[in-house]
Amino acid sequence: MPKGTVAITAERCKGCGFCVEFCPTHVLELSSAFNAKGYHPPHMIAPEKCSGCNLCGMYCPDFAIFGFRLAANGESKGATK
Amino acid sequence: MHADPRTVLTGTHFINGDAACCEGALAAGARYAAGYPITPSTEIVERFAARAPEVGGLFIQMEDEIASSIAIQGMVWGGQKAFTVTSGPGFSLMMEHIGLAAMTETPVVFVDVQRGGPSTGLPTLPSQSDMMQARFGSHGDYAVIALSPNSPQECFDLAIQAFNLAEEFRVPVMFMMDECVGHMTEKVVIPPADQIEIYPRRHTQKPPGEFRLYEPGPDLVPEMAHAGEGYKVYVTGLTHDRRGYPSLNPATQKELVTRLFEKIRRAADRLVMVESDQLEGADVVVVSYGITSRVAQRAVHAARAKGIKVGTLRLICVWPFPEKLIRELASKVKALVMPELNMGQVVIELERCAAGQCQVISVPHAGGTVHDPAEILQAIERGAQ
Amino acid sequence: MSTTDLHVHNPVEELLRQDRIPTIWCPGCGIGTSVNSFAHALLKQNIDLDKTAIVSGIGCSGRVSGYMNLDSFHTTHGRAIPFATGLKLARPELNVIVYSGDGDLASIGGNHLIHAARRNMDILVVCINNMIYAMTGGQAAATTPGSSLSTTTPYGAFEPELNLVQLVDAAGACFVARWTAYHVVQLERTLEKALRKKGFRFIEVLSPCPTYFQRKNNMGDALQAMLDYKKRSKIQHGCPTWETALTPSGPIIVGEFVDREREDYLTRMRKQLGPHYSEFPAQQEEHVSEGCSREC
Ligand SMILES: Cc1ncc(C[n+]2csc(CCOP(=O)(O)OP(=O)(O)O)c2C)c(N)n1
Ligand code: SF4
Ligand code: SF4
Ligand code: SF4
Ligand SMILES: [Mg+2]
Repeated sequence: MPKGTVAITAERCKGCGFCVEFCPTHVLELSSAFNAKGYHPPHMIAPEKCSGCNLCGMYCPDFAIFGFRLAANGESKGATK
Repeated sequence: MHADPRTVLTGTHFINGDAACCEGALAAGARYAAGYPITPSTEIVERFAARAPEVGGLFIQMEDEIASSIAIQGMVWGGQKAFTVTSGPGFSLMMEHIGLAAMTETPVVFVDVQRGGPSTGLPTLPSQSDMMQARFGSHGDYAVIALSPNSPQECFDLAIQAFNLAEEFRVPVMFMMDECVGHMTEKVVIPPADQIEIYPRRHTQKPPGEFRLYEPGPDLVPEMAHAGEGYKVYVTGLTHDRRGYPSLNPATQKELVTRLFEKIRRAADRLVMVESDQLEGADVVVVSYGITSRVAQRAVHAARAKGIKVGTLRLICVWPFPEKLIRELASKVKALVMPELNMGQVVIELERCAAGQCQVISVPHAGGTVHDPAEILQAIERGAQ
Repeated sequence: MSTTDLHVHNPVEELLRQDRIPTIWCPGCGIGTSVNSFAHALLKQNIDLDKTAIVSGIGCSGRVSGYMNLDSFHTTHGRAIPFATGLKLARPELNVIVYSGDGDLASIGGNHLIHAARRNMDILVVCINNMIYAMTGGQAAATTPGSSLSTTTPYGAFEPELNLVQLVDAAGACFVARWTAYHVVQLERTLEKALRKKGFRFIEVLSPCPTYFQRKNNMGDALQAMLDYKKRSKIQHGCPTWETALTPSGPIIVGEFVDREREDYLTRMRKQLGPHYSEFPAQQEEHVSEGCSREC
């Protein structure tokens, strides 16, 4: 059961790779898919390793990704709307 | 609304134009000013620096005129009435921010106590050579209002008008004094506060969320909200849409720039502020403004003594220019004579409006002193022939 | 592909004018990264967002004000600080933040920077230093280090760069720090600290401009710039600012350098005015008249 996960707004992504590089547990990778602007947004390759630390969100210059912690039951915790 | 009695120095005073301008600003509700010392304008802010703290305001001496001319705009968006004061060289440095105020529709007053130029020119001597700069000095197309007082009393009265007009039209208003008027000491009567009309800030009544910062009102002037009131205003010098958001395309540019002009143009008739004498049946009319209007009086009296039918027209509001009035006048007279303490600036506008219907005689002057009335008299005589 | 969960949202969002996103910034531009640290700092410090104004000059960095859902002022090139000064003086209860670029704040606006620090005006200045005039296409700035290339220095710059933290320290700033876009967490903490403090606070954020600075100087892409920051940065809190000069490839000294107590301008003004100071509560509205009679 992962401790956290990410929300990605793929259309905002400009494919810089910051999130991939600076995720401490190497959860992400740029996908081969394109968004409408022609960039490759990230996807999770090791979701089980995600701690929800949101470092990816802190680095993302385009507000396209955001990590958050999950409660033990898998529900999101914290920053809910 | 009326002036706040706490800021109005009601009574009869014997003060110079600079001091009167300062009192006018205070009476108008301006409690904030920023400036940089420059002769012959400094007395205004020196007095203001002493007066403002007692009425909860302040004067800040900025590092230059560029800073002063934008600090006052910060003050206005912070909810205050504010102004800056300068003379030629400083006025030149302020130009970019006259454009900013026009573009962002920030109600502010720029006081320019004109001295001889170009460049450092004649720091302590008069001129009226910034008149075109006041109208056109910043880049881009915009409209302003410019007033020209000819006495310390008017420095007081018109300073209040300047602030009122800035608020009503949300434009930068140029208060075009000159060294003579600024340093001339005369009787100035400051009325009781309840006899001074103040145009209040056009603050919106709408709650945040329903309010759009650049939604034009019926008179094309938008309402305002300040920082810190929950409106999350977005103010930019970029071409912007009705929300205030940058929108860099010809359609938005057209709508915005046209409105910046139209809001003044539509009110042009109301903005005609002149003082006239014996226009009826005149062959020649001397058109002047500021200190030159007083010098011209002497020439006019002399001409009348010689039997010439001379009228006078003094422009109190120079920009916008009273086009219609001049057009009509030009159709009735032989000549319009315009003395001004410059090499011929406002006379260009006079000529344009006269459109060949009568002679237009410029009486230029390089500045440094006022005209010799004899030069004006000669021009009147030439016009009467 | 996307793991969008509609029940969660990025807390940064509420600080952004969402109808203006996406930004104009290039892929990997560090300006946006710094905004995350800034937004989190505002949220963590529970800053009253209705009482917070952000002022920018002109430039890529100058666009930050317009993306923030605060009172936003996008002024003229170099003049954000004097605008902010007027705003703060007129409405002292506001948190006034200046967010702008190195060229804007330190070249054309350098004089205002010095004097606002000297006055100890109570504003927080965040300076995005990408070592270049980015918005106009990559010309040399006063912060372009050493012999770096730019579009106006095709043979390398002939003039040495300005060390901004040293400058504002000397001018009297009460809080001075430097981080890079790589230091998102440290930057956020420093911003939080700065938000709590009164007086002139200056935070320099080195930020990649892959489009101009990095490209012109063959420094790779944005990611490489970030890794370069990571490698070269040395955290030295309290380091004397004269020892923090930036060079094209030497160490980047980062940290909180200055944290001193000094009375800010308004506090000092009030104290000095003594009995001359008046709070002057607003005039009681009598009636709101329709327009002004021009006869007054
Ligand atoms: C008075 C004036 N001069 C020049 C410009 C053109 N200009 C716009 S942005 C800019 C440089 C901005 O550089 P910086 O502040 O470092 O911001 P960046 O784009 O690098 O983030 C210049 C020179 C201007 N807008 N106004
Ligand atoms: S939230 Fe943290 S662990 Fe999860 S992907 Fe983002 S950076 Fe990696
Ligand atoms: S940091 Fe943001 S913009 Fe860059 S690749 Fe990741 S999601 Fe895309
Ligand atoms: S030009 Fe440089 S500073 Fe400007 S948005 Fe692009 S990367 Fe950022
Ligand atoms: Mg820059």
